[in-house]
Order: sequence, then structure tokens, then C-alpha cells
Amino acid sequence: MTPLLTRDLRLAIRAGGGFGLALAFFLIVIVLVPFGVGPEREVLARIAPGVLWIGALLACLLSLDRIFAVDFEDGSLDLLATAPLPLETVIYAKALAHWLTTGLPLTLAAPVLAVLLNLPVQAFATLVLSLAIGTPALSMLGAFGAALTVGLKRGGLLLSLLVLPLYVPTLIFGADAVRRASEGLATTTPVLLVALITLGTLAVLPFAAAAALRMNLR
Amino acid sequence: MTAPLLSLTSVGCARGGLIILDNVSFEVSPGEALILRGPNGSGKTTLLRTIARLQPAAQGTIEAADDSIAYGAHADGLKATLTVTENLTFWAALFGTRGIDAALEAFDLTALKDRRAGALSAGQKRRLGLARLMVTGRPIWALDEPTVSLDAASVAMFARAVEAHLAGGGAAVIATHIDLGLKARTLDVTQFKASTSASKDFDEAFL
Repeated sequence: MTPLLTRDLRLAIRAGGGFGLALAFFLIVIVLVPFGVGPEREVLARIAPGVLWIGALLACLLSLDRIFAVDFEDGSLDLLATAPLPLETVIYAKALAHWLTTGLPLTLAAPVLAVLLNLPVQAFATLVLSLAIGTPALSMLGAFGAALTVGLKRGGLLLSLLVLPLYVPTLIFGADAVRRASEGLATTTPVLLVALITLGTLAVLPFAAAAALRMNLR
Repeated sequence: MTAPLLSLTSVGCARGGLIILDNVSFEVSPGEALILRGPNGSGKTTLLRTIARLQPAAQGTIEAADDSIAYGAHADGLKATLTVTENLTFWAALFGTRGIDAALEAFDLTALKDRRAGALSAGQKRRLGLARLMVTGRPIWALDEPTVSLDAASVAMFARAVEAHLAGGGAAVIATHIDLGLKARTLDVTQFKASTSASKDFDEAFL
């Protein structure tokens, strides 16, 4: 698994690999919101949890179709499927590489950008925590959607439509955890629910995604 | 008489829901190469993909040890932004083998090893794709048109690599239109052409 992970990370940071796309998109959305909504600090503080989570989620969505499409086009996916590595492990490696290049940078950038939205300081820790445990689910769900649509030309639209409804539970509980933290309420329940969704996707989806890939490679 | 590495018994293969080949039976023993011939669309690629287990056989059985087949497709699976060495090292690591120098040497890529794969010519890319087979360490090579875009010298280089592989107890099934100069059996796949019939396990709701 390590060779595949290091190859994908190396490809991501080389020219044209798309590293930074998600981060730049997140930055643009969060910077634009105060211009669109207006400078009232109370309004910004109230919408900050939701806007930060939606921004992270859409940024994550941007690079999903590249997870398998590039390997499919240049033939490496056929070769990976005949390699000694189980296809389920290939999915894990791909989803992990996607998280390391999108989810993790988004998580680290979120507290900096939260300042622009006047998020109360006591919510910063919960923001980072909820994104850190929620974004792996976004990558894994995305890998599943990408595996389903891998053979399709311009499958990005279908991929978004398939994956967005699956993102909703993570968004609801993730944003709710941050909102509760900003109002000084207990956050244990929503944080645990986000963790539950992530663990569930990590346990089940590699098998579903591997089955979808096998069908699409036939 | 050694046991065959690969043996097919009345195998049928389907493409797009249609069975295009049936009753394909042959054996390939260690040290032996089999050349598949047939016009375009006769099912050579489908047969090779079935042997490589990228798709299930519609009928019959394919016997080969687990993880014994290295598949070489039309596409080389190269990453343009990685160097020749990085591309080969990745496949070597994935297949759990060491040392890419022999493969670089055999396909005359040593001088190009620090060049990005995207900057190689079509023939050089093909040579790199073929060098990948050597680092898989697998006994059976299933190759689909391996000599596309190779010049005469490179074809001879490839033939020597296949001969060395066979001499080491390996086997190869190669679909090609040109004469590789190998001592090998040839098999014309047109004799296995199926009368057009829909595959049983194909769901017509998808049509």
C-alpha cells in the first residue's frame, strides 16, 4: 500500500497534480462570504460554522473525479487490478492520498479562515476536531462515487449528484458540533456521530468501491 | 513433461454482453510462448483480459496459480510527471521485487532513467511499459500488441527479453500481427469465433 500512497502523493504535488486546488477554492469561498453577506459581526458569527463546513465539503468534491479517472485513462488501473495488492487496499490508499492532499490541508487552514468569519474563539478547537474526523468520510465516500463512475466520460456531474446526498449527514453533524461549541454548549453527541459516520464508511465502502471498480473494468 | 503454467478448458469470453469466443482450450508450459493471431475484432484482447482475470470467463475454466500473470495492455500505465526510474520503481515495489537495473538494461533505458516519462518518444514509452513486465517477477506474461510503435531494433530487444524470460522457466501469451522471430506456437483465434449469442449473465435491462 505504501508504494501506491507515495506515488499518488508525489503525483499530486508535481505539476498538474491538482494539489492546492481544494485549498484555493476553500480560501476563495470563505474570503468572498463576508463581501456577499455584509460586515455585521453577529451575522457572520452565526453563519460561520455552516459556511466553513459547506466550503470544506465543496472543496473536497472538486478533486474527486481525479481519484480513479486519471489511472483509468492511462491504463494503470488495469495494471493495479492485476497487481498483488487487493483492490480494497488500492481504494484505501487512493482515499488516504486524497485526504492527505485535500482534507488535511482544509482542516489546518480552517481556523485561520474562521477568523475572517468572526467564529467565536471557543469553537476553534471543535472546528478543527470535527473537520479532522469528518473529512476522511468525505474522501472515502468520494472514492466510492469515483469508482462507480470511473468508465464514464465527463462523469463529474453524475459523481457530484451521487455523492452529495451521502455527504449530508457528515455536514449536518459536523456543522452542528461547531455551532454548539460557538454557543458554549456540549458538543460530544454531534462529534461522536461524525466519528461514527467516518468509521462506518471506512469499514464498508472499500468493499463496495472495489466491487464497483471490478464491474467497470470488465 | 512439466505441468502447464496456464491451462484453458473450453473457455468462452464475452465483450459488451456478446459471447465472441467459445471453446478456447490450450495449455502453456514453462519455457513456452504462444502467439495469438487473428484480424482486428477477433477477440484477442478480450481473451487476454480474461486470462489476466480482469473479466470473468463466460464459460469454462482457466487454471493458473494465483498472482502468476503479468498483463501488458495497449496502454502503458505510465505517469508523465514521474521519471523513468520512479515509474519502474513504483511497479517493482508494488509487486514486491527489487532492482530495476536489469529491466532498464534489457530495454536500453539506462541513459534515459532520469528523464520524465512524459518527455519520452512513443517507442521509448513502449519500451518502458515492457520493462515493467520484467520487474513484476511473474511467470506468465499476457501481452496485447507489445510491439506497437517499436522500431526493428526495439522489436529484437523485446524478442530477446521474451527469450530470456522463457529460458528462466516463464511463459508468454502474445497477441501480435508481426513476426517476432521467436520459436513459438501460433494460435489463430478466428477458429474459436462464437456464433453471435447473448451472454447468459448479461442483464438486458442495461441495454
